[in-house]
Amino acid sequence: MIKIHDISKVFNQGQPNEFWAVRGITLDIDVKRVTVLRGPSGSGKTTLLSMIGCLSRPTSGRIFLGERNLSGLPERFLTQIRRETFGFIFQRFNLIQGLTVLDNVMLPAYPLAPDHGALVQQAHALLEQFGMAAKRESKVEWLSGGEAQRTAICRALLNDPQVLIADEPTANLDTRLSQEFMHIIDELKAAGRTIILTSHDPVVSDAACVDRVITLRDGQVQDS
Amino acid sequence: MSHFVRRQRYLIDFTLASLGRRKGKNLGLLGVYTLIVFLLASVMLFSQSLRREAGLLLENAPEVVVQRMVAGRHDLIPADYLERIGKVRGVVAKYGRLWGYFYDPAVQANYTLLVPRDRQIKNGEMIVGHGIARTRGLGAGDYLTFRSAQGQSFAFRVADVLASDAELVSADLLLVNEADFRAFFGITAGMYTDIALEVRNPREVRKVAEKLSVMLPDTRPILREEILRTYDALFQWRQGIVFVLLGGSLLAFVIFAWDKASGLSAEEKREIGILKAIGWETGDVIRMKFWEGALVSLGAFLLGYLAAYGHVFFFDAALFAPVLKGWAVLYPRFHPQPFVDGLQVATLFFFTVFPYTVATVVPIWRAATTDPDAVMR
Amino acid sequence: MLLSPAILALIGVSAVVTALLLLAAVFAVRVLRHWDLQSGSELQLRLERSTYLISTLVTFAIAAEVVALLLFVYNAESMHTQFVGAMCATGVLNVNAWGWPALLLKITVFFTGSVWLLLNRLDNQGYDYPLIRLKYGLLLVLLPLVAVSGLVQLQYFLNLNPDVITSCCGSLFSPNAQGVAAEVSAVTPRDAMLALYGSGVLVLASGAVYLRRRRFATLFAASATIAFPVAIVAIVSSVALYVYEHPHHHCPFCILKGGHDYIGYWLYIPLFSATALALGVGALAPWHNIASLRTAVAADARRYTMIALTGFALFYAVATYAIVRSNLTMAGTWW
Repeated sequence: MIKIHDISKVFNQGQPNEFWAVRGITLDIDVKRVTVLRGPSGSGKTTLLSMIGCLSRPTSGRIFLGERNLSGLPERFLTQIRRETFGFIFQRFNLIQGLTVLDNVMLPAYPLAPDHGALVQQAHALLEQFGMAAKRESKVEWLSGGEAQRTAICRALLNDPQVLIADEPTANLDTRLSQEFMHIIDELKAAGRTIILTSHDPVVSDAACVDRVITLRDGQVQDS
Repeated sequence: MSHFVRRQRYLIDFTLASLGRRKGKNLGLLGVYTLIVFLLASVMLFSQSLRREAGLLLENAPEVVVQRMVAGRHDLIPADYLERIGKVRGVVAKYGRLWGYFYDPAVQANYTLLVPRDRQIKNGEMIVGHGIARTRGLGAGDYLTFRSAQGQSFAFRVADVLASDAELVSADLLLVNEADFRAFFGITAGMYTDIALEVRNPREVRKVAEKLSVMLPDTRPILREEILRTYDALFQWRQGIVFVLLGGSLLAFVIFAWDKASGLSAEEKREIGILKAIGWETGDVIRMKFWEGALVSLGAFLLGYLAAYGHVFFFDAALFAPVLKGWAVLYPRFHPQPFVDGLQVATLFFFTVFPYTVATVVPIWRAATTDPDAVMR
Repeated sequence: MLLSPAILALIGVSAVVTALLLLAAVFAVRVLRHWDLQSGSELQLRLERSTYLISTLVTFAIAAEVVALLLFVYNAESMHTQFVGAMCATGVLNVNAWGWPALLLKITVFFTGSVWLLLNRLDNQGYDYPLIRLKYGLLLVLLPLVAVSGLVQLQYFLNLNPDVITSCCGSLFSPNAQGVAAEVSAVTPRDAMLALYGSGVLVLASGAVYLRRRRFATLFAASATIAFPVAIVAIVSSVALYVYEHPHHHCPFCILKGGHDYIGYWLYIPLFSATALALGVGALAPWHNIASLRTAVAADARRYTMIALTGFALFYAVATYAIVRSNLTMAGTWW
């Protein structure tokens, strides 16, 4: 269970362009469920997502991952938790150009320095699972949207995370690929993972596997 | 331990790929870096080998040379001083030497005339150094004519030419026998130019010199170790001056390195953001960037050093020779002997790799502390 | 002054290292003033980011100082031809009064820096940066030390005049001469060796006790503080004589040369690293009560102690070996 208690995030505090992206949000995210955060741009959903996923620290308030209080942790430990617990899929896939599909997938594990053979095997297994095995030596610049999406999913799953976070995952996909994506999400949920998505795409928020939709506006939760 | 090694290998892997992705920028940096290493290494290698050459050459010189001084200037020394020296403890051999300078107006050069102890030369013959032979186009059988102090013409037949690999000492040398020498310079039989003594134990040299100065108050002993010391200091000093002069280019290099390290393209910033977002920690990114610097440094150091080695030892340091060798008309053809030593490499490292790394510390840190959630937007 | 590249490099490195530590200290002061781990404000985030910079700067500075220490000794060795009476590095260091202090300060910087680095490593393993104030306070002590070391070294080089007659190790280390160097070798070999083995037993025993009981770490560190100078004295007044097979050659630097199988490295490297690690254990152990560091202290202190004990054991073994295999026998005279 991920518990968020009264968190706020401000940018440029004390300066004329001070901006409160998130104000006083309190929520609980259920495990093994799919939760979607919906809202217009500027509503704070991406900021909230990055705080949940240990990518940034809240200015005030507390975040609990199970029993652990994440808010006061220094970056070194946040990163450790993030590596073990969260897998990220970004809006623009954010694959490293110039590297192959396989290299991109293995990248999150580099700092952990596992045995190379085992790592390669693990990466291969994931690529098989998502049908990317044939393209593993191709450079990522040559992939289509759907293939890049699947590579990003493999990368996110490399460290076997409990929670998968995706920010606007279907923004660069057509309807067919979006539906395919939601199908993958459904499978991952069935496998026992917790999934948190942000989107303003109805294909995502109206999908059958979605358990809860939270609407955000101006940094606060709208009661719906 | 092996975990540490494995992690570095992964980082190096990524670093190599990343360097390859930005070939243009990195090759430019590598080029400038290599040039700096090349310049400094050439200077060091050349002057080191000159120093060493001087040392090697002086190995066979006598440990003490006694010169007579009259009114503070070097004068001829009477042969009976040899008896006056008598038996000094530690002195293995003592003998008078005959040598002098001669100015040849034809080539506006100074020759050194010497009476060798180990060769027999016939009357009227001479053995010339390779430098003279080259400048005046002489070979065995040719004649050289000089005008003596008394105004007479002395003709010498060249019996032989000294080997060219001894050129550093013998470029301007002319060897004649004692009788000819004395006749040419007008030096009477009882006088020598100076007296040489050989002392086996280096620790006794100063004591012997002390005794000599007491025994023969109108002389000064010149110690070989003093000559070596002076050469040493001179070459070190020259090296130092050149390094100071190159300080400007070193500073320019440092600024260039700083600039390159700070000027991250948007693409690079994005990459670091991605790395941090997928689980790399700031420390990992810093380490990776340091490996980038280390690999570039290693490449530049090796290339620069090898190029300098080639420059000095295969091309005879064509770029620097005039500054470091000194100034003369008869330039000996000098082929420096390869000589590398740890201290030299370490000093070079501190003048090149160290400033480069220092210049990149803060830029690397700034790059590595990129906010990962910037990549979410 | 001699204007050689090596000397320029050494002066340059000292200056740059001082500058790096100064920069680190500026950030450290800021951290000490505004640190609040619980706050998520932008200031706190900036401060946390700057801790990475400080770590990197200090690690780099200490690494440079260590290499510079070696360069200093090698350079002194290579300059000996330029000073009358100097047979090796010892004579060069003796040219003016700043030589030995410069070396000693560099060694002090090495130990202080090593302890700082070990403390830093420990602190980074605690999720609440428990030792941050201690660490950065220690940094503010390290900075002036490095600055003074650089200044003394500069003075030494500025006053190096090649014409000055200096005493070579023979006359310097002979018991009749004055100064610390003379006293050190006036210690008889017998006393020196007894002290060596005595302090060796003490340090090995206290290390073993720490491994077993996890207590008395301070004793271990203290015994290392004694063992180190005793070891140096023993090298100069006894072990060196056996290595050179000469009853009056006391120089501590000539054992680094190839002619003696580089045995000096086998002696100094284990000795220095073991002492540094033992001091580190002494610095780490008091913090085992802090919740966030408990496991880290236990693991690190254990590892360092084991490596330190191995280092000390190696040192004493090599020293004994040097004496045993030497052709010098002073059975009647010294023993």
